[in-house]
Amino acid sequence: MTSATIRPASDYPPGGDAFRHRHLTGIAQLTPWEISYILDAAEQWVELNRAGAAKHDDALRGLTIINAFFENSTRTLLSFEIAGKRLGADVVNMHAAQSSVKKGETLIDTAMTLNAMRADAIVIRHQSSGAVQLIADKVDCPVLNAGDGRHEHPTQALLDALTIRRRLGRVEGLTIAICGDVLHSRVARSNILALTLLGNEVRVVAPPTLIPPAMERMHVRVFTDMDAGLDGADVVMMLRLQNERMDGAYLPSPREYHALYGLTPQRLAKAKPDAIVMHPGPMNRGVEIDSNVADDPARSTITEQVEMGVAVRMACLDILTRRTRKVPGWN
Amino acid sequence: MELKPLLVENARLLGGDTGRLLAVDGRIAARDPADVPADAERVDAKGQWLAPGIVDLGVFATDKPAFHFGGITRAALMPDGGHPLDHPGMVERAAKGGKPDLWVHPLAAATKGLAGKELAEIGLMKASGARAVATGRARIADAGVMRRVLVYAASLGLTVIAHAEDEGLTAGAVATDGEMATRLGLASAPAIAEAMAVARDLMLVRETGAPLHFRQITTAAALDLIREAKAKGLPVTCGITPAHLFLSDTAIGDFRTFARLSPPLRSEEDRHACLAAIADGTIDVLASGHDPRGPEDKRLPFAEALPGMAGAETLLAMGLQLVRDGHVTPARLFDLLAANPAKLLGLDAGTLAEGMDADLILIDEGTPWQVDAKKMAAWAGNTPFDGMPVQGRATAVWKGGQRIR
Repeated sequence: MTSATIRPASDYPPGGDAFRHRHLTGIAQLTPWEISYILDAAEQWVELNRAGAAKHDDALRGLTIINAFFENSTRTLLSFEIAGKRLGADVVNMHAAQSSVKKGETLIDTAMTLNAMRADAIVIRHQSSGAVQLIADKVDCPVLNAGDGRHEHPTQALLDALTIRRRLGRVEGLTIAICGDVLHSRVARSNILALTLLGNEVRVVAPPTLIPPAMERMHVRVFTDMDAGLDGADVVMMLRLQNERMDGAYLPSPREYHALYGLTPQRLAKAKPDAIVMHPGPMNRGVEIDSNVADDPARSTITEQVEMGVAVRMACLDILTRRTRKVPGWN
Repeated sequence: MELKPLLVENARLLGGDTGRLLAVDGRIAARDPADVPADAERVDAKGQWLAPGIVDLGVFATDKPAFHFGGITRAALMPDGGHPLDHPGMVERAAKGGKPDLWVHPLAAATKGLAGKELAEIGLMKASGARAVATGRARIADAGVMRRVLVYAASLGLTVIAHAEDEGLTAGAVATDGEMATRLGLASAPAIAEAMAVARDLMLVRETGAPLHFRQITTAAALDLIREAKAKGLPVTCGITPAHLFLSDTAIGDFRTFARLSPPLRSEEDRHACLAAIADGTIDVLASGHDPRGPEDKRLPFAEALPGMAGAETLLAMGLQLVRDGHVTPARLFDLLAANPAKLLGLDAGTLAEGMDADLILIDEGTPWQVDAKKMAAWAGNTPFDGMPVQGRATAVWKGGQRIR
């Protein structure tokens, strides 16, 4: 199923024209064929990662990648670290908790410091929307956004698109329901951009207190009724609900949220019979998603998303460092 | 040094008819005088416009180079540019901060520490030179406190200058609700936060009869309320800065922190409503909102940057653009920039009438120039108009008949 979805290289512009960006700051900067190009490139890394003991390619040998995470993260950091190492790069992690950021150094000064260390790529996560763009404007090497505030989390959207494509054979013409805390979610924003761009019908299903203003201007249909929102969906994409949203400010309680918006087997039955269930993790079992839905291998793609995450990040690191590595056609 | 009489000749007075203006002993003596003192210093304006110096209502810093560049001769200083101006001694010191070449009129903090709880010593601050009372960057949340501030200031003959945003709706917000804020992932608040604050304060004005000025009104809904209140004869006025007349929230795209303002930039519909309100007289004051911010405050992620723009240098040029675009006449522009704010502050200034202080500017209204954040006279170049081609600038400035530029 997967090989049929990969386009031949001749479908893309030659060399560096296939992906013209120096950084990956958001899906908003990408064209549909650039997204497709990354997904196709990721397929080979899926194969390598599954190929047994020797999961190593030395395409990025000698390159230094800094993962600068100003916000706590376990899985995304790990995913980027593994991606870099599988490509043979030297990967260094910088945690904000241990850094001079806590001592009052400005973000720009931190960026200049990283730049002076001659990184070949910097992966950044930051709690403030736009922070990654700010750093990208100041450094000489490619910058990858690993999540900035509520703004974007492009590699998550790419790995989700790859997961859908591999499961359902395509990632166009589908009905996809994104459910939960859309207001505070960068995963939702990047996915809305990517999935609408690729030609899917995207729905947003959320309590009215967690729907961003002017949501429909991003070409989605908005539902506050979960059953109606899931009706006929090919993909049900759940979002993580932060505990602090459920203390009364946005939602009355976890149990009320579960009653109205939790993904139960009964609710999932509203979607298409073969609909898949996605979640970026980490899950709040029993709140936004029931365990028997999350753990159903026929429906749930949650572990596959994690696997695709490594492959997509390998593809992004490979593509963005081709100019540095003087890959023919990339200058 | 003895001050010679000043005669400006061949000038278009307020951008209108060509004439002459005589100032003697620091005051305007006559338009088109029959007799000119023999020792008068004669200035040939060569057809440039002669206007009263700009009275900039509500600035956050005494930034003389920027004010001189912008033709601003009087600056009404907000009480929260630095430490709150809530004490007579601080007001007195702030008032002296412009000497000798700039009038600074401090605005007294309405409440102690601008905390919105206890009345500040408004009477003593008036005696120290405060010309009006202001709530600062935020409104007074407690309606009871606001009511007492209004009646107390009114009894002293002072207008209260208020900020208009409902703090509940705007808590944590850095932009106006809309597609731009949603796409950028910025916390935003509905535009009606402004009208809600205006509605409350208009009720207080209706009940107390106390004069109130909203420093910045930027939305259609709030302007409608003010228009209606004025029609009923309530003592209400309002102002705006050029940012909300020329920019909408699309300007915050790419997370441009120079476009992070308070109140935040609004929708294109609201911007057009502001232009209509400038034209129909609902808006009384055009001010710079001058709030220079260095990179430590602006070169940050959008939500972490502080709001504010360095507006003093672009105020006149943007005002002239309103004239060129046909929204206002030149005479009305100088009402917005000088006469109306001077009246609000109780100053003998702001017009070219006989007896007024001879605060004057010559304006070359047509010369094009480009706004450049890196080459500003202000101590910081945080202008949302960076790179914009504009026309017109002050070429000469007099304060009390004394040439200062």
